[in-house]
Amino acid sequence: MSMLLYLVPVALFLGGAALLAFLWALRAGQYDDLDGAAERILLDEEKRGDSAR
Amino acid sequence: MSCCAPGAEDLAVAGPSLPSDEEVRFAARDLGNGTSQIELSVPAVHCAACIQTVEHTLRLLPGVEAARVNLSTRRVTVRWRGAALPPLVGTLAGLGYVPNLFDDSQAGRDGTLTELIRAVAISGFAAGNIMLLSVSVWSGAEGATRDLFHWVSALIALPALIFAGRIYYRSAWGALRYGRMNMDVPIAIGITCAYALSLYETINSGPHAYFDAAVTLLFFLLIGRTLDHVMRNKARAAVLGLARLAPRGALVIGPDGSRDYRPLGEIEPGMRLLVAAGERIPVDARVVKGASDLDCSLVTGESAPQAIAPGAVVRAGTLNLTGPLTLEAQSRATDSFLAEMMRMMEAAEGGRARYRRIADRVSQLYSPVVHLTAFLTFLGWMLATGDWHRAITIAIAVLIITCPCALGLAVPIVQVMAARRLFENGIMVRDGSAMERLAEADIAVFDKTGTLTLGQPRLTNTNEIEPALLAVVAALAAHSRHPLSQAIAVHDGGGGPVFERIVEIPGYGIEAEAGGVVWRLGRAQWAGSAGEGTVLARAGEVVARLSFEDRIRRDAREALGEVEAHVGPVEMLSGDGEAACTNVAVRTGIGRVSAQLLPTDKVARIEELAAAGHKVLMVGDGLNDAPALGAAHVSMAPATAADIGRNAADFVFLRESLSAVPTAVDVARKAGRLIRQNLFLAIVYNFFAVPVAILGYVTPLIAAVAMSTSSIIVIANALRLSSAPNRREDEVSAATGVPAEEAR
Repeated sequence: MSMLLYLVPVALFLGGAALLAFLWALRAGQYDDLDGAAERILLDEEKRGDSAR
Repeated sequence: MSCCAPGAEDLAVAGPSLPSDEEVRFAARDLGNGTSQIELSVPAVHCAACIQTVEHTLRLLPGVEAARVNLSTRRVTVRWRGAALPPLVGTLAGLGYVPNLFDDSQAGRDGTLTELIRAVAISGFAAGNIMLLSVSVWSGAEGATRDLFHWVSALIALPALIFAGRIYYRSAWGALRYGRMNMDVPIAIGITCAYALSLYETINSGPHAYFDAAVTLLFFLLIGRTLDHVMRNKARAAVLGLARLAPRGALVIGPDGSRDYRPLGEIEPGMRLLVAAGERIPVDARVVKGASDLDCSLVTGESAPQAIAPGAVVRAGTLNLTGPLTLEAQSRATDSFLAEMMRMMEAAEGGRARYRRIADRVSQLYSPVVHLTAFLTFLGWMLATGDWHRAITIAIAVLIITCPCALGLAVPIVQVMAARRLFENGIMVRDGSAMERLAEADIAVFDKTGTLTLGQPRLTNTNEIEPALLAVVAALAAHSRHPLSQAIAVHDGGGGPVFERIVEIPGYGIEAEAGGVVWRLGRAQWAGSAGEGTVLARAGEVVARLSFEDRIRRDAREALGEVEAHVGPVEMLSGDGEAACTNVAVRTGIGRVSAQLLPTDKVARIEELAAAGHKVLMVGDGLNDAPALGAAHVSMAPATAADIGRNAADFVFLRESLSAVPTAVDVARKAGRLIRQNLFLAIVYNFFAVPVAILGYVTPLIAAVAMSTSSIIVIANALRLSSAPNRREDEVSAATGVPAEEAR
């Protein structure tokens, strides 16, 4: 049973890290435009000063 | 270039509603350091190519530092440096993405959504971890291990309950404070009792803890609530993004001749205003100088444009079509026709204020029954055994098992699916209560101009006009923005003569010269003949008469037939003249027509119907319909409606076809049926679960299985709404229709 003493905290820590990452992403505005994010992967990176497409 | 940029024809139609540079500058926000930012609604944006075109072109404009499209809200945010405003509106319109300004009051980040998503995340995390620990307990963890797991669960559940649960506590408290009851009251009581009991058990090393039940319940309910909110937001953003029809301000001419753009609130009676062709009249005013034609369709319901001359009184909201006008303001914006309509609308607020949501009605019955059952269970066990700890444990188990997870999901989840179905069909719904009310409607009342018809005239007698003359008249008409001219110009095949001189005389018509011959297109009396109507004259002699009719919306007849079959009698209430109304009524198959109605008459008719016990569905678009929209049990408006009508209506349909009305009724009825089924399922669940709980056989494992199963059944039942047979049709129209038509 002694492994519980570290396995439970490890499990909680991993879950908590994922939760924090999600909250950070939410705050950083990554969920503001879900439809746009889905479409933007189809776009080519725009190069600086390059006006041709 | 791309599939989606609308063509130039759409631009011609949307032309008059482009926001002016002054309006854009007003709406812009100063960020300091000489940079400003504006958010514009661009309803036509809907794919990756659109994003790229818009962002790329805007970034190339002088001064623009950043441009970012948000596809979910169909908005573009532009930041620029320097005092000069880059030509944003013109550039976007030139690309085919007609921009609109929207009301800032409701803009900005959505705080509620962020709170909901955060609550879902936290309760999801807690539910997952506690469930993991609970499964170990159920599988046989005992003694110190079980106590440890319970303690860890209690620690995880507490913040989840405080953070995610406070949404329910707040709502429940709000309802209780006003002596009302809603579904959140039993939920709040249930989760609190579950937590308290489990904590007590944990402290005393008891075997049964319900942490998982409390947190999973919150998690499920929050998902439903969040989806509901997202769907409603999407619909609201789409409606907000439509072109604003009321102007934000007006060009004021000072006593010294200076011109100054002032917001609407600062316009005082007596000020001189300049209104260009294509702009709407900002306040009730008198014409001082200039002549023009006025499109009053949104204000009075009259479909034919009116000629106006100095001395005439014009109403706020009418559209100036052909010539610039100098006006003298007669009232403030708060006293003008528009504001009067708004006050009438608030006064008329009838059916919707009295309506009580199905969920509220159910919870009104549900909560007392459940809480009484729990109390009686406590009394029963107390009398039978005298063991108060056992009695309380079982009573709380009853509360937990009846905690209305399925019931709480039964209504919102169906309404989310229904709103999605409607959204795919180009129909925006304000909230769930609107859908419930629409399902009840048993009589339909339609406005004429702009609702049954498109408010756009169509040339009807092309076959009576010689082809050569038709070419002349079409070429001539292409030079005017008058709606009748534009209806003629559609027939322009390029075969007309080359005109040397073209003058548009506002209020009368167009005069042009080609090869020494003077052509006149316009009012009969001006062009050189007696009588009424629009004619084409060559050298003072009438050579062709043109007749027009208002174009009726696509599928109007079929749609009205369906409404008649499924909803009830159909009536037409219009502010337009008798003849025009009868004509439309005959062509759309409406039996009962009332013409020349004032806004108050429309409200009176609706109240009369309501007094006779009818639930009225009102479909209308004009300012004059707004009070009637407010008075009706449920209301619908097309996307082209006046701003206040659009904001007042429960449903807004974006496409041209009138079949939106029967579609919405159909979806609302199906949703109503599914909601009743769901409520029935939830009650059946309780019917089986409650006796088990009362007899004291409920363990945390049984509670978890029973509650999850009932929730999943309810959700699965709601999903049936999305797999309706006309699915493929929806996808086709979703891919082609919405944005191009929204742009109007």
